[in-house]
Amino acid sequence: MLKKEVKDILAKHEKYGWVTEPDALQIFSLYGFRTPRFDVATDVAQAAAIAKEIGYPVVAKIVSHDVVHKSDVKGVVVGIKDDKTLEEAFRHISRIEGFDGMLIAEMVKGLELIIGAKNDLQFGPMILLGMGGVGVEIYKDVSLRMAPLTGRDVEGMIDGLVAGKLLSGYRGGASVNMDELKKTLIGFSGLMMDMRHLVESIDLNPVMCTEKVCTIADARIMLKKAG
Amino acid sequence: MNLKDLFEPKTMAVIGVSAANDRHPANVIYDKNKNRYPLEVYAVNPKGGTLHGDAIYPGVGDIPEKIDLAVIATRAELVPAVMSDCARAGVKSAAVISGGFTEGGRADLQERIVSIAREAGLPFIGPNCLGIYVPFKVDTFFLPVERMIKPEPGGVSFVSQSGGILVDQMIKFTQQGVGMAKAVSIGNKALIGEKEMLAWLAKDPQTKVIAFYIEGFAPGQGREFVLAADACAKPVVIMKSGKTAAGNRAVSSHTASLAGDYASFAAAMAQHNIIEATDERELVSYCEALGAYGRQAVRNIGIITGSGGHGAMAVDACMAAGLDAPELSGAVQTEMKNNLAESIRSIAALGNPADLTGSAVDEDFVASAGVMAASPEIDCVVVLLLPYLPGITLDIGVKLSSVSRRFKKPFIAYVPQVEKYTMLIEGFELNGIPVSSSIEGAVLMAKALAGRQPC
Repeated sequence: MLKKEVKDILAKHEKYGWVTEPDALQIFSLYGFRTPRFDVATDVAQAAAIAKEIGYPVVAKIVSHDVVHKSDVKGVVVGIKDDKTLEEAFRHISRIEGFDGMLIAEMVKGLELIIGAKNDLQFGPMILLGMGGVGVEIYKDVSLRMAPLTGRDVEGMIDGLVAGKLLSGYRGGASVNMDELKKTLIGFSGLMMDMRHLVESIDLNPVMCTEKVCTIADARIMLKKAG
Repeated sequence: MNLKDLFEPKTMAVIGVSAANDRHPANVIYDKNKNRYPLEVYAVNPKGGTLHGDAIYPGVGDIPEKIDLAVIATRAELVPAVMSDCARAGVKSAAVISGGFTEGGRADLQERIVSIAREAGLPFIGPNCLGIYVPFKVDTFFLPVERMIKPEPGGVSFVSQSGGILVDQMIKFTQQGVGMAKAVSIGNKALIGEKEMLAWLAKDPQTKVIAFYIEGFAPGQGREFVLAADACAKPVVIMKSGKTAAGNRAVSSHTASLAGDYASFAAAMAQHNIIEATDERELVSYCEALGAYGRQAVRNIGIITGSGGHGAMAVDACMAAGLDAPELSGAVQTEMKNNLAESIRSIAALGNPADLTGSAVDEDFVASAGVMAASPEIDCVVVLLLPYLPGITLDIGVKLSSVSRRFKKPFIAYVPQVEKYTMLIEGFELNGIPVSSSIEGAVLMAKALAGRQPC
């Protein structure tokens, strides 16, 4: 069963066909997934106040139902260290067509993964795990399984990635907390099963994974077309 | 759904026979079943008359016996009325051969026959299909008997969305000496689809391996199929067409783009222990091996050959298939060596592959296979057999099969397939060792036994 707040959020975005990042992150936060601290500003003063509350450095991103792929319109500014850079970022982002607000979020570090879900016509909810970031559609290094996932499925998904070695700390690099990743994937697959009647696909890209935690640093929920 | 009457009918009505045209599909079906199968067969056509001196009944209800299977080959528009007649007459099952339903824009006709059949509890296969072939029991294919290639009875049942692929595959099974339990063309799968066939064949004592040719599933049906296949004790092999993307649909998320239709299909199959054959040759190899041994924990392959080149090719094929051909331990190599004929001890290379050289005789193969099979280092033995070597006899197949049985390890043989070597090949196959006509095919067989593949 979906929480009522979640149903309300999904209903609010229904006419646009998808849920923008702040509300999408809110949904995952409500279900206990780790998300960065964030808030949305519509003017510079508000932006500065939010950044102060979170603490620099922060990332700023466009919030708009017209912008599905934020990077494509230069709607993401990372590594903002002070009020001045924040103000510049706001001026730039607020000029993008369809601007509804600017999301300011805590910078999260870790190995970038993509976790996704897709409601397949023949097989129902499918879960995807891959190396994340903007290169995901170039390398196509992903594993797919039918939801809901078992622990064994998740192990198979990680083993199935060409870059899977990076997760266990390749050549002295930091490793990823496998229990946290497993918990995130299994929990996500369960939530997708619960939302299957309303949701077409979900991208959590990136999910930032460290030796301690997995944090959903960006989320986008595409809704099923009504009827 | 009880499909016993469909697959083991004692009485059959062929509806739509022609009194004038002996090559009419319904007549072909009528003739072959009447003359060649242990069935009582009746012809039906509203015009009545006689066919080769036997009565043509105007309706299925006019036949004096209860009908187990009605084969319907009339025009599509007439099928709903015929189906109603069958329901009224207490016909127990049907195969609708006729085309012209959803595939021809007449979904309404298909819906009507489904609702009539459901209400009457009358399972039917099709429409737009060839129906079923069960060796020595029944054959609803409208293909003249002299043109059909029929495999020997055996353990493979093959269910196909396409009749043409089914008939072609029967030729390929026959060529490889793979026997079949049932061949089923499900056509538009209006009532009986992959899931229903899986459920029935899972209980069918003749069926050891269940194979499918699948174009696609109706919404949600793929999920039900893979979950049922995973729960099935028999190995399930599938071959899929339509793998290329439907093209330039506007894709809005990365996941939707990366988890395309075929990617999702392949992932769901692999996740649920279904073996996907990428082409017809793989399908035959997988079915043959699984029919012989079922699923096994196979990873380490032992290769025995009379030619170094064959051995090297087999090792490459193992690597490509995700299998290992590990170097044998010193102890195993020594034991192998001690069991070889004196004359080849110094020239044989016994690492893995074990190259016994062109001077080896049957007993050298048997002894080496025995040592490999007894060793926990090896899960499956692949014998690359060159029938032109002077020391090899026609008895090599039966000799090796007794080694395989003694150590309960699967053996697979490669033998070049030409008519001259048929008796040697049969020495393997009739004694339970699957034979491939290519080195790669032999390795694919081992891979099929190993089951779940990384993806």
